[in-house]
Amino acid sequence: MADAALSRTSFAPPRRREAWLSPRARRTLVSIVLAAICAVWVYPIVWMISASFKTNGEIFADSGLIPDAPTFDNYTRAWREANIGQYFFNTLFVTVGSVIITTIAAALMGYVLGRRPIPGKTALMGLMVFTLFIPQGFTIIPVFELLTSVGLGQSLWGVMLATCGHSIVIFTFLFAGYFGQMPKELEEASRMDGVGPLKTFWYVMLPLSKPIIVTVIVMQTLQAWNDFLLPLVVTLANPDLRTLSVGVYSFRGEHFIDWGGMTAASAITIIPIILLFLFLQRYFIDGLAGAVKG
Amino acid sequence: MSAYSDIPPPPDEARQRPLGQRLREHRIDYLFLLPGLAIFGAFVVWPLFAANWFALLDWSGFDSRQVFVGLQNYRDLLGDEFFRAAFVRSILFTAITVPLQMLLGLVLAVVLNNRLLKLSALFRTMIFLPVVTPVAVIAIVMALMLSPFNGPINDLLQSTEIVQRAVDFLGSPQLVMWSLAGIYVWKWTGVTLIYWLAALQTVPDELYEACKLDGVRGWQVTRYVILPIIAPFAVVIGLISAISALNVFPLIQATTQGGPFFASEVMEVFIFRTAFAPPSGTFPQLGYASAAGVLFGLAVMGLTILQVLAVRHARRKEPTNG
Repeated sequence: MADAALSRTSFAPPRRREAWLSPRARRTLVSIVLAAICAVWVYPIVWMISASFKTNGEIFADSGLIPDAPTFDNYTRAWREANIGQYFFNTLFVTVGSVIITTIAAALMGYVLGRRPIPGKTALMGLMVFTLFIPQGFTIIPVFELLTSVGLGQSLWGVMLATCGHSIVIFTFLFAGYFGQMPKELEEASRMDGVGPLKTFWYVMLPLSKPIIVTVIVMQTLQAWNDFLLPLVVTLANPDLRTLSVGVYSFRGEHFIDWGGMTAASAITIIPIILLFLFLQRYFIDGLAGAVKG
Repeated sequence: MSAYSDIPPPPDEARQRPLGQRLREHRIDYLFLLPGLAIFGAFVVWPLFAANWFALLDWSGFDSRQVFVGLQNYRDLLGDEFFRAAFVRSILFTAITVPLQMLLGLVLAVVLNNRLLKLSALFRTMIFLPVVTPVAVIAIVMALMLSPFNGPINDLLQSTEIVQRAVDFLGSPQLVMWSLAGIYVWKWTGVTLIYWLAALQTVPDELYEACKLDGVRGWQVTRYVILPIIAPFAVVIGLISAISALNVFPLIQATTQGGPFFASEVMEVFIFRTAFAPPSGTFPQLGYASAAGVLFGLAVMGLTILQVLAVRHARRKEPTNG
């Protein structure tokens, strides 16, 4: 349909370009060029996953992407000997915990800032915008000092809590923007029915904000799963507490010739997060786009 | 006007009531704010103040004594060539990667925004893949890819005879920052692409229709119709990109740890090394590192303000030119 409409209009003014390439042919050409670019773009990641099924000898033997004799040895070695199994569950713990905390805290705060004319709102929001521009290197020392002084400097709970601080401002703004658009009658109706504020929030407002909740969950999962500086600092003296990011990083320092094990550890690290992204990418992209439009 | 007399008082009137009463009215709201404020206060606001205080101390470890030294740390920093080099490197890195990333993202976004391009969503996902890959993994992938010992890229360069000898992309002090800039652009262009696509979606469909009717086509539509509309977004996108380029610590620490010979030590790597990973035989210098963080934070804020001002200035000029 659209193709037909386009090619018909192209007859009207005589044009040089269409003379030798129809719009459809041009689109096919663009697609082929893009496909080539994208293939090069993801090649390093595909290459790494392919290497994780090869022996250490085969990796640098220039043998193409399909392994000669696929092996899972790298995976078992990484999971057991390099402790990647332990790191996997550490990461899961930190990620799940920080997602729960951030989502609830940001939803509550976003609800109030988006809908309630409380005194001090402008000042608070101004302060929050200001903090968006502060580099993490600026705050890492006080954050670690704070965790140490409350006894969480050597604990996964500390990593979990501090990871929440990283993105709560952006998430609060996402919630505030969304709640702010909803009709005012929602609270009035529930007040008439004698429902308290907490129940109104939990049973009326929160279910309505499902798209933002999913966006926040996806973005925070990525953030917590991939976070590096904070878990690195907290686990410097505690190898058992490493997350996958830090674990893979240290793997390279400790077993620097075992490329097979390293690529297997890397694959274990990225596969859950890539699957999550592939299935829920719409929400992640909406969240990012919201940051620009807002 | 009198017909509207039964609507609730406008917000202006509400604001005139005493503050105490309004605070009390909203006590549930403040309760709602508590969890968020606790996290925000503890991990965002408090560190801001604490860093400024730590910067005035001589402090060699989290369990050791703090000695107040005034502005001595700042004075030492200004004379520290490692600090100055790292500072300059951070700024240069940002100045190189941000325009590259924005241009590449823009070109890809304009091409992918074509609704008739059937595979556009797939291409977008592929470009985005490095964004969701943790830096520690990227460091390993790139160490393999760029390896001077039979790494795929050197194999390609040598077999096509572009270079005679293998290039040590990450091991040469002259090349390392450029290699890292390339890796950085590769990793993050997906985000810029999404930003630009969001901007492109604000262009109304009617405009494309109008162009078609007027016989404006292809590149001309992009150049004279679409680019002027999305130009204002460049400010926001540039700002976000610049801030993330200044926060390049994870990528560099994981890939080169600031080496070889400190050639890729950017500001945050310097702070990390001074505070948490001092060379063997020396003590961590937490106060000194905090002072470096404060100076760096100030510079970032200064740059942010400059950028915003420059854009305002440019915008005010525009109508007179056109």
